[in-house]
This record gives sequence, C-alpha cells and structure tokens, in this order.
Amino acid sequence: MFSVDHKVIGRQYLDLALVAVFTGMVLSWLMRFHLGWPDTPIPGLGKIAPGGAAGGVMTPEYYLALMTMHGTIMVFFVLTTAPFAGFGNFLLPIQVGAEDMAFPRINMMSFWVTLVAFLVLVAAFFVGDQPPLSGWTAYAPLSAVGKDAGPGQGWGQTLWAISIGIFCIAQLLGSLNFIATTLDLRTRGMSLARMPMATWAWFITAVIALVAFAVLMPACILLILDRVAGTSFFIPGGLVISDQLQPHTGGSPLLWQHLFWFFGHPEVYVAILPGFGIVSQILPVFARKPLLGPKVFIACLAAIAFLSYTVWGHHMFLSGMNPFSATLFSVPTLVITIPAAIVTLLWIGTIYGARLRFTSASLFALGFVSVFVSGGISGFFLAQPSTDIYLHGTYFVVAHFHFVMGVAAMFGIFAGTYFWFPKMFGRMMSETLGKWHFWLTFIGVYCIFMPMHYLGLAGNVRRYSAFTDDYLQPLIPLHRFITIAALVTGAAQLIFLYNLIRSRLRGPQAPDNPWEATTLEWSTSSPPPHDNFGGRRPVVTQGPNEYAVAGPGGRDYIMQAESR
Amino acid sequence: MVEPGVAAADAHAAGSEPSPFGVTSRKLAIWMFIVADAATFAALLFAYGYVRVANPDWTRPFAFWPSIANAIVMTVILLTSSLTMIGAVLAAQAGRSRDALRWLVATMGLGTLFAGLHLREWSSMIGAGWRLFRNPLGGTPLVGATFFGVTGLHLLHVVSGVAVIGVIALGYRRGRFDAGHLETTGLYWHFVDLVWMFVFPLIYLLNLR
Repeated sequence: MFSVDHKVIGRQYLDLALVAVFTGMVLSWLMRFHLGWPDTPIPGLGKIAPGGAAGGVMTPEYYLALMTMHGTIMVFFVLTTAPFAGFGNFLLPIQVGAEDMAFPRINMMSFWVTLVAFLVLVAAFFVGDQPPLSGWTAYAPLSAVGKDAGPGQGWGQTLWAISIGIFCIAQLLGSLNFIATTLDLRTRGMSLARMPMATWAWFITAVIALVAFAVLMPACILLILDRVAGTSFFIPGGLVISDQLQPHTGGSPLLWQHLFWFFGHPEVYVAILPGFGIVSQILPVFARKPLLGPKVFIACLAAIAFLSYTVWGHHMFLSGMNPFSATLFSVPTLVITIPAAIVTLLWIGTIYGARLRFTSASLFALGFVSVFVSGGISGFFLAQPSTDIYLHGTYFVVAHFHFVMGVAAMFGIFAGTYFWFPKMFGRMMSETLGKWHFWLTFIGVYCIFMPMHYLGLAGNVRRYSAFTDDYLQPLIPLHRFITIAALVTGAAQLIFLYNLIRSRLRGPQAPDNPWEATTLEWSTSSPPPHDNFGGRRPVVTQGPNEYAVAGPGGRDYIMQAESR
Repeated sequence: MVEPGVAAADAHAAGSEPSPFGVTSRKLAIWMFIVADAATFAALLFAYGYVRVANPDWTRPFAFWPSIANAIVMTVILLTSSLTMIGAVLAAQAGRSRDALRWLVATMGLGTLFAGLHLREWSSMIGAGWRLFRNPLGGTPLVGATFFGVTGLHLLHVVSGVAVIGVIALGYRRGRFDAGHLETTGLYWHFVDLVWMFVFPLIYLLNLR
C-alpha cells in the first residue's frame, strides 16, 4: 500500500478522486432536491444531520454547508487530484520513457499528504455542529471571525483551512516531481519537441500549480491565525456579528480575495489544462490524423499559463475594487480567450474531414470540446465588468464555471479513463456501457447547466437555499426540471462505476495497443511491468503525431519507439 | 564548470536525454522549491504591504537603538553565514572534506546565533506587550501580527535550515552525501539569506520610528 511506484500512486489518486466525486455528487443531489422542493423532507437526512436538517428539511445554513463541501471536495479533491495528479502520475513517466518519477519517495508522500487533507476536510462533517458554510472560496470575514458567524464556522471552518493548507503542501511536492521528471528523465530521443501533448499539459500544469498553491498556503495560515490566534488580517474593525462586537480591527476582506484568487484563477487552469492534453492526445488517435499544429498547441498552453496569473481580479468586480483595476483585469481575461479559442480550432481542424472512430473515449473527448466551448462563450459576458456586475451574483456564473471547468474537466477525466483503463488494468472496458454513459451524461449536463444561463439572465441569485421572492416564482418549474436532470445524470454515473468495477474483474484481456496509438505507454505491456519497460528503456525516433502515414506492416501510424 | 553531482546523475540515468539546464534533478527540485517558497514569502509581504497601506494608524515600533542595530548585526551574521556556506561547498568540491565540515559547523553556528538574537528580540518585544493581536503603542494590532508572522516564517526557515545542514554534515562525514548535496543545501541557505534582504528593509527599516 505504501508503494513508491508511480503507477500505484496514480491509481491511489484516482481512487481517492472516485470516492470524492461520488461524495460531492451526493451533496449536489441534496442541494438540487432542496432547491426544487424546499419543504419536502429528504428521507434519512434528518437522521444523518439532526442539527442541520431536523426532520429531513435542511436549514439555509446547512444548505450553504453542503454547497461549501461540494465545491471544496470537487475543486480540490476531484478536479485537481484526478486529471493532474492521478493520470499525470500514472502516465507521465511512461510517456517520457522513464522508469519512475524523479523522486519516488516524495511522490508517495504527496499522495498520503493529500489523503490526510481529505480526511481532515471530511472530519468537518462530524466535528462541531455542522460543516463550514463560507463557500469553497472561504470569503472573509465570514470565514475568519469564528463561531459567531454561524453554525459550522467554529471547528468546521478551522478544519477547512487546515485541510486546504495541507493540500497545498501535497501539490507542491507533486508539482516539483512532475517538473523534474519531465525535464530530467526523458529517454534517449525524447526531445521536448517529441513529448506527447498530455505530457506537455501535465508539465505546464505543474508549473502553474507550483506557484499557485505556494500562495494559497500562506493565505490559509493567515486565515488560521485570524481564527485561532486573534490576528486581524482579514477582519475589519467594528464588525458586529450575531450581536457580538468582534475583537478585531484593521484587516481587509479584500486581502483574502486577492490572495485566494491569485491562487484561484490559476487553479481553474490546473483543473482544465490536463483535459486539454488528454483530449489532444485522444482525438488524433480516433481521427487517425495528426493533431493540427502541435507547436501552436504548446505555445497556447504556455500563454494560458502565463496569463492565468494576470486575471484574478475578474472574480472581484463586485468586491469594491477600483473601477480602473476592473478594466485592468478585464483586458487579460479577454486576451486569454484567444489561446483557448485557438486550441479549440486546432481540435476542430484535427477532426475535420477525418473518418472518426466513435468509442467511449473519443465521444467524451468530443464532448469535452463541446462543453468547453459552451462554457467558454459565457465567459465573454463575465469578463467585462459592465455585464458581470449584473450577472456575477446569479446562476449565470454557476452555469459558466460548471461547464467550463467542472463538466469539461470531468469529460477529460472520463475520456482519459476509457482511453487508458486497458493500459492501467490490462482489461478492456465495456464500450456499450461506455456509450450509454456518454449519451446520458452529455444530454444530462446540457439539461442541467444550459437553463442556468437563462435563470441567471432572469435575475435568479445564487447561493440561496430556497427561492421565496415573488419574481423568482415563475422560475421554480425550471429549477425542478434542473433537479430532475441532475438526479438522472447523477444516476447515469452509476453505469460508469459499474463499468469500472465489472471491467476491472471480468473485462476481456487488453492487448498492448488496443487503440493503435503512438505514444510510449502503448509500446509496453498492459498493465506495464514495475519498471515500465521491462529492464530496457525505449529509444524514441518519432514525434507523437505520426498518424495517416505509411507505417511498418501496412499500418497507418508509426509508434514513437519504432523506426520508420 | 563541471559539477560533481552531474556525472553521478548521468550514470544513474544512462540513456536519457540531457537535462535542458544541465543540472541534477535534485538541484532542479531545490530551484523549483525556491520558486514556490519565494511566492509564499511574496504573498506574505504583499499582505503586509496591503494592511500597512490600509491602516492610517500604523505605528512604527523600532528605535534605532537597540532594534535596528540588533537587526543590522543579525543581517551581517546571516550574510556571513552565506559566505561560510560557500566555503563549505568549495572545500567539498575540492575534496577537502575536513575543511568542508568546519565551514558547515561555522554556518550552523552563525545560523544558531541569528536565531538566538532573533528570539531575544522577540522575547523583549513580547515583554513590552507586543502580541499577534496587540499593539502596546496604541495603533493597529496588525503591526505585531505582520512582524511576528513574517519574521516567524523566516525564523522557521533558518531553524530548519540549521537542522538540515546538521543532517547533511553528519551524512557527509559518513560518506553518504557528497559535494552535490552540500551545494543544494547551500542554495536553500542562500535563499533564506535572500529573503532576509527583503524582510530587513521592509519590516525593520520602514518601521524605524
């Protein structure tokens, strides 16, 4: 169990993400049900949370706690651990032809530290009166003043800050390892220009994560100091909460937002860029065509990485920033759509005119492009202060970020799972179940999140646990539709879970290269031996994009370790 | 200059592409750590600057004597310890392991002296009523919070640095570590020194009464 093998660690990360994602999904089910039918008791919930949902009907505070835990679990323990740490750990060393990570022990430590962080967060469910309720962004002063701020803001919020601080350490260790491995352990012939797109994406993601988490960590420390040591970094003076004058003075809630979003915006690219890499590697395989413009792709990724550090203020247009700063942050936010749009065009250009092989993996890769574009377009509206001021507090934003970083990243994870499962476990997954899973999920997420744009434009505020205002009454049927769609789409994920377990036990034996792909992981056995290549390291002679060529044996592709 | 660590790494990773920076993975990793740690300190110093500007009742706690004078002495000690660290690395690279050990011990001694002077300063400030949440001069309590927060994190780096140098020195004496290890430890130590070159003007000199 305490293995230093990167393949085991990668699978451990993915298992953790699987537990986390179903936890987070159940939380969203509870929230959605409450939004559709606020007065109807949820069977069993009263027993699980007697304080927050006596009789099965949750209090507004408990709703916010579910929202906080849903966001935190999903962003940190699913969207960061699965596509980046999970797939990256398993595949990056193999794809560059290395026997393991540069620092196997540090690698093992990063996983176990992540697990500790997860357990500390989950403990917030059981310690104190309820989990914290200040959102995955933990906005101060709500998150900083302690238990006066409401249920869950005592121990729960402290555990939240400790958990995320620990998580930062794990990500720093992981990022160090990814960078060193990519730069130093490439096998002979694997020049930087020949690295597969997914490796590039994980590498660039590691560079982003290295600095982003290094800033979140001191922010968490300051938050903990505010909570337990009486400092006032994020708490202004004269604050009265629950009729109690807070013994703090001089701090600034905006400081927390600056520190948090300086991390937070790069973090959304930590979640999505591995998906970029996974899709860019999968589409050419099933289109049987080389990726259009791989160097442009890499340049775009690098541009996104750089720009991701310059846009954090667009989360703060409503926070009382100087309007000139808002313009300053708006411009790079619009500029960052250019490399993102170019990447999208590269994907479309890659599949243009191709005879696509439709598998679960390629369908999810195509679905990734679809939801990323759908979510990206609403970004244009939110990037501009004039429109964002109206939309920021509404479901429009919920729709935007769920599409563009949540669902899109999840589709990247699904595509990667269907694609690499044979390599990881030596067995094939069921394509029939995979396609059912895809179509139900694809239609489902559009049913859930597309109407939310409309809700937002209609002025439906977010973060409310129930909509009692008159002007929101006509929107309730739409909320119920979304809730039903969410329950069905969530249930469709059980198909995926069943497929995972069944294929793991009884799937047909996987050949070494079932998809006829070119990268190094497909030239070793399925699953790969402990040292990845059975004692000899491959020598690379080709780039990763040799499709639609005259290969050996009449094949239409040349593998990276093959000679022409 | 050929680095002693590189040859060993090449033997380990025979059949690899050369590293684009021509350094060992260990050295690359310590540079990456320094990048991340620099971001951490930058965030803290940003927070310090932010609350300082936001608080018109900021009080400057330090008189030249003894506070700034003490800080100058600490600065000289820490800078000197960087010099002795360089001495250790150069001696180790030249194969003079006894000299290298002496330099390492000197570095640890200077680091400990720095920490001692720092803690003495802390305790006299605590004695004067400074806390994370209290300013005995009557201005914003964030003066104490930022002072103890920033210098505390730096002090943590110094103390753990001394401990790491101790471990490395023991391993080096037993032949388990080589000049490459001393060099990467040195990089860390110089970085701790460099951070102080930001802390000293921003936290001390700008707060001269």
